[in-house]
Amino acid sequence: MLLSPYPTAGERIRITLLWLWCGLVILFLLVPILIPVPLSFNSGAFFIFPLEGLSTRWYEVVLGTQRWRSAIGNSLIVAFGTTLIATTLGTLTAIALSDEKFPGRRIIMPLLLSPLIVPVVITAVGSYLFYARVGLASTYAGIILAHTALASPFVVVTVGASLTGFDRNLLRAAAISGAKPLTSFFRVMLPLILPGVLSGAAFAFVTSFDEVVVVQFLASAGQRTMPLEMFIGLRERLSPAITAAATLMMALSIVLLVIANLLARRGRTAPNA
Amino acid sequence: MSALQPSELDRPTLARDRSAADADLKSVSAALRRAEFGDRMRSLLLAAPLLVLLALSFGIPIVLLLSRAVYDPTIADALPKTTAALTGWNGQGLPGDDAFVALAADLKDNQAKGTAYELAKSLNARLPGARSQVLKTVRKLESADGQAALGAIKSVPFWSAPSTWPTIQNGTRSLTSFYLLSALDLRWNADGGIERVPPEQAIFIQVFLRTFFVAASVTLATLILGFPLAYLIANVPKGLAAILIVAVLLPFWTSILVRTAAWTVLLQKFGLVNDFLLFIGVTGDRLDLMYSRIGLIIAMTHIQLPFTLLPIYSVMRTIPPSQMKAAYSLGARPFTAFRRIYIPQVFPGVMAGCMLTFILCLGYYITPALIGGASDQLISNFIANYVNVELNWEMAAALSFILLVFTLALFGIFARVLGLDRLKLV
Repeated sequence: MLLSPYPTAGERIRITLLWLWCGLVILFLLVPILIPVPLSFNSGAFFIFPLEGLSTRWYEVVLGTQRWRSAIGNSLIVAFGTTLIATTLGTLTAIALSDEKFPGRRIIMPLLLSPLIVPVVITAVGSYLFYARVGLASTYAGIILAHTALASPFVVVTVGASLTGFDRNLLRAAAISGAKPLTSFFRVMLPLILPGVLSGAAFAFVTSFDEVVVVQFLASAGQRTMPLEMFIGLRERLSPAITAAATLMMALSIVLLVIANLLARRGRTAPNA
Repeated sequence: MSALQPSELDRPTLARDRSAADADLKSVSAALRRAEFGDRMRSLLLAAPLLVLLALSFGIPIVLLLSRAVYDPTIADALPKTTAALTGWNGQGLPGDDAFVALAADLKDNQAKGTAYELAKSLNARLPGARSQVLKTVRKLESADGQAALGAIKSVPFWSAPSTWPTIQNGTRSLTSFYLLSALDLRWNADGGIERVPPEQAIFIQVFLRTFFVAASVTLATLILGFPLAYLIANVPKGLAAILIVAVLLPFWTSILVRTAAWTVLLQKFGLVNDFLLFIGVTGDRLDLMYSRIGLIIAMTHIQLPFTLLPIYSVMRTIPPSQMKAAYSLGARPFTAFRRIYIPQVFPGVMAGCMLTFILCLGYYITPALIGGASDQLISNFIANYVNVELNWEMAAALSFILLVFTLALFGIFARVLGLDRLKLV
């Protein structure tokens, strides 16, 4: 489709140059994220190619030492808490917003999306200031609350997208057939929008699991999460254990987001019954 | 019809309204309105939990932080007697002895309550060097009473300096524009006008300009790299396009921290980027890319590239190739067709991608902290530093205030001109 049926020499040159440029851009995109992977299996303690030999010693550090293990545990606690709250409340809100009669939708939507736009340092510093006053600083609840603000926009958007394919007449039909609102939600609506909900949940999980700035301000020394441990490590001393942690985190977010996107796609093309 | 929810039908009151409806149209519309009102309230109720939670975990914290930028009662609280003594003072020269006596009494009270250091720090933020003077005076006052106290305080030349008392008087007003002005390198002068601070004290304008410069450079770089790739992906067969889009999404899905970590490895003196540059012969020597502006811009460009590319791609995808063919067949040269047919249509996508990247770049924190040098720290890093190191909440709040104004203004333009739908990235 790039070339016309009878391409001129100039056109051929242009398209070749385009391909060449794009090839370089793709390399620029992919090489940096692939670099930590071989380095994390390096047996030496330096980041220099060629590698000294194959070893899993850095994974043993990340998965075996107390410091990293507690960080992984903290990350999981916070991410699961955030996912649970953000998915539940975000789904309810998306359902409310999908109703065209919802008052003030044009005002509420930008407000809901604003946590994505407001510089995260401002969110973090503000939470630190406020939570210290109400006794939520250095608590898991505080971190989870702050992460929920950052993660819920993703849930609202993905569930909202899956709801555009949802026919509200189904709810009317369910009501006419005698179903209570809760029953029709769990047995009619939820099964149909479930891909969107799960996809939103995966986005929320990854958002929380990857987050480091809010945690840096709110977490006590015992509540350091995996990204925070990485951030501190990067500031102090570059250790190959960080590349192992980075590889693990990257694998987790890529797997979850691939699932999320496949689900979201399925949710959007769900048959309009 | 759609306004009448079937679930309402089994309500007896509504059923009665319905039976009357045939006779009276008015009551039908009243019932409709009532039913609609109920629907509205119910959907508002559904959205309420998240809205309340966001207000608590996001709205209130930010409002509270911003309020610290304009409301600082530390000095007024610490110096109540001085505040009272200064109410009649016109701000010219030195106030009367009663103000000095009141200050001495206030300072002694602060020493007794253990708040002297806090006061010294707060004054120091407005009057550099005040901290040591206040603490010195407090020590002198320990053994002095009454007239001796007046002598003791007058024996410290700091309290007779021309700028000291106007600053104290300014400080006794809790509602202050001092920090916001400072964040823009401005201050009140003695005549009540606003002036620039002396160049050796001016730091923030430079930091804001640096932030804008980095954001603009990154935006431009992502556009130059991303636009051709978006064009290619939009114009190749579906299967190939899917593979190429995955190449864009994989880094997009990897966290900023992980990608920054990867770049710290790549940009080392003996890292891969230097290896590559030596190999192709661009430089003869290994460059210091870590802790440099250029390293920071490279890493940020890598992180932001998908944000610029995806909105452009989503517009390009909708432009049928037949349009360009029609332009060619009408005699347009490729460049003319591209400029007059293609560019105007993809322009909203380009704007959306570039604005999104620019807005997000203004708030960068992690990457400058890890890859930038001391002179590459952006405004967010200064905010964090004021909170973590200097413990100066007011200054952090003022910088946040100004950064937020810029960010939200741009976001407002984005939402208004381009629409929020363009924020969808996949």
